[in-house]
Amino acid sequence: MMFKIAIKNLLGAGLRTWLNVFVTAISFFMIIFISAMYDGMREHAMQVSIDTEIAGGAYWHPEYDPMDPMTFEDAHSVLPDAVMALVDQKKAVSVLVSQASIYPNGRIMPVIMKGISSEQTIVNMPTQMLVVDDETTIPVMIGTGMAKDAKLKVGDSFTIRWLDADRTYDADEGTIVHIMETENFKLDLNHIWVPLAKAQSMLAMENEATYVTFAKDVLPSEGNGTWIHRDIHYLVRDMEAMIEADEPNAAIMYIILLALAAMGIFNAQVLSIFRRGKEIGTLMALGMARSRVVGLFTLEGGLNAVLAAIMTVILFGPILWYFNTYGIYMGIDYSEGQMGLIIAKRLIPVYSVGLVLTTTFVVSIIVLIVSYMPSRRIAKMRPTDALRGKTAV
Amino acid sequence: MKMRRTMVFLILAFAIGQDGAISVQEIIQAMDNNLNAKSRVITSKMVVHGRRSSRTIESKNWVVGTNLAFTEYLSPPREAGTKMLKLDDKLWTYSPQTDRVIQISGHMLRQSVMGSDMSYNDMMEDRPLTDLYDATLEGSVEIDGRDHWILFLEAKVKGLSYPKRRAWIDKEWFLPMKEELYAKSGKLLKTSTMDGIKKVQDRWFPSRFIFRDELKRNSKGTEWVINEIEFNAEIPEGRFSKARLRK
Repeated sequence: MMFKIAIKNLLGAGLRTWLNVFVTAISFFMIIFISAMYDGMREHAMQVSIDTEIAGGAYWHPEYDPMDPMTFEDAHSVLPDAVMALVDQKKAVSVLVSQASIYPNGRIMPVIMKGISSEQTIVNMPTQMLVVDDETTIPVMIGTGMAKDAKLKVGDSFTIRWLDADRTYDADEGTIVHIMETENFKLDLNHIWVPLAKAQSMLAMENEATYVTFAKDVLPSEGNGTWIHRDIHYLVRDMEAMIEADEPNAAIMYIILLALAAMGIFNAQVLSIFRRGKEIGTLMALGMARSRVVGLFTLEGGLNAVLAAIMTVILFGPILWYFNTYGIYMGIDYSEGQMGLIIAKRLIPVYSVGLVLTTTFVVSIIVLIVSYMPSRRIAKMRPTDALRGKTAV
Repeated sequence: MKMRRTMVFLILAFAIGQDGAISVQEIIQAMDNNLNAKSRVITSKMVVHGRRSSRTIESKNWVVGTNLAFTEYLSPPREAGTKMLKLDDKLWTYSPQTDRVIQISGHMLRQSVMGSDMSYNDMMEDRPLTDLYDATLEGSVEIDGRDHWILFLEAKVKGLSYPKRRAWIDKEWFLPMKEELYAKSGKLLKTSTMDGIKKVQDRWFPSRFIFRDELKRNSKGTEWVINEIEFNAEIPEGRFSKARLRK
């Protein structure tokens, strides 16, 4: 019976109810949509990183810190036996990292030079393009972002200068053999890729490497000496931290939207208690317990959340479905890493069951609280005062 | 010391006077005697020629042997107060704008100093050539009416910035009037020339060096002009302390 009365009262309030429901529905939609965008961004970044860079994890030389190029000079050695075995079985690929300077069009550019086996299949990089017949120059592969920065195209030659293991300057001509399209800016910006054997010979570091990336199905092995095992979770932590650092901005927006919806519902509840004093008095005079009257008003408020959920599905469901199917065009191509994040050209939001349930639960709880707060006043009212229209609000 | 230097010159002059038969080692030794000293205090300016304009940076250097060096930049105002300290193979710089001391090592040492054609390594690597290179005499040539030997030097120790170099050495001054500095692969990296040779404390010394990074296509070179130089000056040990960088 209470439910029927609640529905009747709610619908009877007309436009006021529908405005509250609409604002709450917008909150629902925005929270689900923005959270799904962040989840989509995280999932995409993770998927691209694993596909092109991380694979199943890595073994790092103990001195290697990718964030500190100063460590590259000492971060190289012959692989430990267990790691070497993985490379021999083609379950892992070794990479030799060094700093270098390139002189495209006579300008100097500091770069990170990475040597990688051209036959590898562990990470999704077109390393096979590094196989060339011409041995007079160093075959170099770069990304589109680097090509744009350095104004280089396939066939262009430039001088590469490096410091070898003996700390002796050396320089030679490199030729761009391929420009790769990659969404992972970490393989692109300020990077030049050369064949591993060539890099080892250039740097006088025969059979040495800086890190080894192993395939997805390979389990970490024992006997990796001083080399450090890095799992996927560790390797994506920077990416996750950056996305997490941005999430408070979205949270502020959720709070504003929810506050708007909550204020609307709170206001509607206060107004209805003020206007429906005689009704409250009659109900209490007819024997309805105060707690049930409070429950009735709280239920009316709470039903806002239910209607809002239904409205979200009807009004915004198609929009959410459209974005999930076709993605959101980001307007600017962030794939070259200007944002410091791996962002897809078309971002696909990811709606998880957890996200929808959590959002529904949080919004419903907030709506129930703001419905209950003004209803408590009813408990303080005397039926005689209520019948006279005197309210405690 | 002065006596010994005079003796070296006399011996060299005698050797050349006999039949011009001076050994390559003696040429390099004489060159080292001119260019290196127990200590030196230099006031100089570096003129960096850019594509559009030139910048002049004045500095004062205190150098002891090959391991200790301290540089203080005097002008322009933007660079004034910047200091550099070299202790063995380590280099620290202090910038008054940031009030921080930064150690420069590894690949950073190959970067240019204040946008010039000289790298930090160029400034630091000043050990006597006799210790570092094996030389071969390639011939003689006359340049601007003066006789020069052409020497090709190849590193005999590892870890040098330039494992190969070719030098045109003036037969009277025993100075490399022109040098070509090569990478291990034989690629020409830099050239340097010198002029304004004058006698300073019984040795020939240039008053201007010109460095050019041959890999930078549009480089117009960097001039290093020596305004004042004092060899074998007494320099207190405290000059080469890290605390001095902030003073």
